[in-house]
Amino acid sequence: MERLSLNESPANAQQQPQQGAQQNHNALGPAGQGPTPGPPQLPPQMFTTAAQLLDLTDKKLVLVLRDGRKLIGVLRSWDQFANLVFQDTIERIYAGNLYAEISRGIFIVRGENVLLLGEVDLDREDDLPPGITKAPYDEVWELKKQEDDKRKTSDKKRDRELQTMGFEPEHSGEILF
Amino acid sequence: MLFFSFFKTLTNQTVTIELKNDIRIRGILKSVDQYLNIKLDDVEVLELVKYPHLSAVKNMFIRGSVVRYVILPRSEVDVGLLEDATRREAANQAGKAR
Repeated sequence: MERLSLNESPANAQQQPQQGAQQNHNALGPAGQGPTPGPPQLPPQMFTTAAQLLDLTDKKLVLVLRDGRKLIGVLRSWDQFANLVFQDTIERIYAGNLYAEISRGIFIVRGENVLLLGEVDLDREDDLPPGITKAPYDEVWELKKQEDDKRKTSDKKRDRELQTMGFEPEHSGEILF
Repeated sequence: MLFFSFFKTLTNQTVTIELKNDIRIRGILKSVDQYLNIKLDDVEVLELVKYPHLSAVKNMFIRGSVVRYVILPRSEVDVGLLEDATRREAANQAGKAR
């Protein structure tokens, strides 16, 4: 008897998702034929973080972080919070009409720091916008530092002025380039 | 979960997303999840000259927490229905809180 019940429970467990799937199917059915006939809906499992990241796996991506860093590498792993593992990563910095690259290796990124992930079109990856040229890293970094400082002081000034008028700065406490 | 469902009905529509750092991206809404993370296809970055790092990007995963606005095609939104649904949701939430 005990064996039977043990055998039964996994069988039940297997059936339940099927029933669930059928219910979903039924739930989707009338929606298609309902008063507002729309395009056929995608299955619900399409709408998870995992599904969104799954087709980006093992592809060359641009990762933009909350602090403005731009990393280019291959996405190797991830979880439901969009924590990411990047391999063969290079960091690209931009300043004025110049850019530079530096090799960084492997990254494990905590999800909260991710701004966006973009898949690089391998056919177009070398087509930079006209006028932008590659330069030595140190040179661009120095220029970028000057630009950042300038932006920081102007942002601070603006925030102070806004605060005197009773406006809270939009993303106070959050660093957003 | 209302807006999650709402965005689900807008899949395969062209939307424009403005991020909290002022980047605006237009693309086809492919998918959205419970955190309102958004996946866009065939992206086009407005004022691309300012954001050269996005020049060769064809599709994008945008974290929900950095989105400021999602600009939708007017014809695809039933405003009356959405208003009703939001009020019902708000009433439900208020009921739960009590």
